[in-house]
Amino acid sequence: MMQSKLVSMKDAIAAHVRDGDTVVIEGFTHLICFAAGHEIIRQGRKDLTICRLTPDLIYDQLIGAGCAKKLVFSWAGNPGAGSLHAFRRAVEQGTPPLEIEEYSHFGMVARMSAGAAGLPFWPMKNYMGTDLPVANPLIRTVTCPYTGVELATVPALRPDVTIIHAQRADEQGNTQVWGLLGVQKEAAFASQRVIVVVEELVDESVIRADPNRTLIPGMIVDAVVVEAWGAHPSYAQGYYDRDNDFYVNWEPISRDPEKLKAYLDEFVHGVRDRAEYMAKQPEIKKRLKAGTQMAAGVNYGF
Amino acid sequence: MTAYSPSEMMSAVAARELANGEVVFVGIGLPNLACNLARALQAPDLVLIYESGAVGAVPERLPVSIGDPSLVTGSLMVCSMADVFQLFLQNGKIEVGFLGGAQVDRWGNINTTVIGKYQKPKVRLPGSGGAAEIAIHAQRVLIISRLNPRAFPQQVDFITSPGQRCKGKSRRELGMPGAGPVKVITDKGILESDPETGEMLLTAIYPDVAVEDVKSSVGWPLRAREHLDLIAPPGAEELRLLREVLDPKKLYLG
Repeated sequence: MMQSKLVSMKDAIAAHVRDGDTVVIEGFTHLICFAAGHEIIRQGRKDLTICRLTPDLIYDQLIGAGCAKKLVFSWAGNPGAGSLHAFRRAVEQGTPPLEIEEYSHFGMVARMSAGAAGLPFWPMKNYMGTDLPVANPLIRTVTCPYTGVELATVPALRPDVTIIHAQRADEQGNTQVWGLLGVQKEAAFASQRVIVVVEELVDESVIRADPNRTLIPGMIVDAVVVEAWGAHPSYAQGYYDRDNDFYVNWEPISRDPEKLKAYLDEFVHGVRDRAEYMAKQPEIKKRLKAGTQMAAGVNYGF
Repeated sequence: MTAYSPSEMMSAVAARELANGEVVFVGIGLPNLACNLARALQAPDLVLIYESGAVGAVPERLPVSIGDPSLVTGSLMVCSMADVFQLFLQNGKIEVGFLGGAQVDRWGNINTTVIGKYQKPKVRLPGSGGAAEIAIHAQRVLIISRLNPRAFPQQVDFITSPGQRCKGKSRRELGMPGAGPVKVITDKGILESDPETGEMLLTAIYPDVAVEDVKSSVGWPLRAREHLDLIAPPGAEELRLLREVLDPKKLYLG
């Protein structure tokens, strides 16, 4: 009988996220593990290279909290709401100093794909006419050995640790996801260590009943954490909606360093864990709990 | 005649550009309104694809981000972002892409990266997202942007998404597969790329707008085609759909 990988968020972060690490907290709008980000801030991690396509609010918070030395990304905005001001202050004023390495969405996807496939780079028909390769000398080219066509290349990204949020997994880390998939699978396979955080822990038989839905196999997972509402203000399809109001309200908080510090003091440093964060804000569950839209079962018999 | 706002005009004009059954890459804001308006009118079989991975999305509420959960529920397909960018976009399946940005220049190049120098920018903008590759690969690109001289400089500070001519080189010379930005839908009229030179020319004007007004809203000596089309304002049904069905809270129609 294999040993359970179930641990607390505190223990997972303590064991697997170290100062100076290259970290990915994945999820494209969907399934972004804010709970893990908050625990990283609480444990005072420093000098991290943080990577995501969109930093989203979670990396704005990590930058504002002083955890990050470098950001690897492709789009740093807060859609429909404004800017990521901690990110902008870091880049425009150097407070705090932040190295950036910038791609496009396709470039970031390609980096993770190379890492996941065990390749040193990934080719694309991309970047002709743009200034992105001027800004980032890691965007290079290669000549196709068959056609002579010049292709753009980006280097593989191999994170030290990737944190995945998902709807459910079993104790071995066999993880099932539905809704937007982002680059979760690629980031996990590219990574040295993987922490999976789930809304619900299920028995292995639930996983085996629908194997097409398994995105990440337990064999590459190091830790499994159960953290209901762990993605708030991001969302989990079938569990809770995105907190669009929070994203809009982030604009004035992010814009003012004093307000940002006050937010982190109250809702990150001032709570022990996600359960306490949720208990402090009971209206969240009432407002955002998901409706029901079940998919019909499929027959795997033969 | 019913009064209408610039956003309503731009959404209606953009919607008219879409033919039934076309495959469109959608962003939030006015492009999203335009696509859903087109679906309700002449293009019920328009296929909406979001770079987040939702294919054939039919959102029941106005999405405020391209990763909204309403894009997933009831869609035809949800795929990974690797699949969206490689199998759909790079493989040439996207017929129309919508783009917008802080700066659009004389050649349709778009800047969403920095105002000023890259190493020490005056303003750090969000960056490319999927815009660079959309500009390269979509079979054609429609830009939606309000005119003002600072937003329409002769040359952008940074080329994020390539237009018709990048530092003197044409799209063909640079090996880009898609036609790039063919129209810029503004709040005063329409610019189209000249098929010979790639330069953006004024080809159509909206009701009650003077050509001089358009020319003074752009940061280069804007050339106009000899015959300018006069664009019809949004009709009653277009306005009803925009105001009552698609964006009743005026999140984007302001």
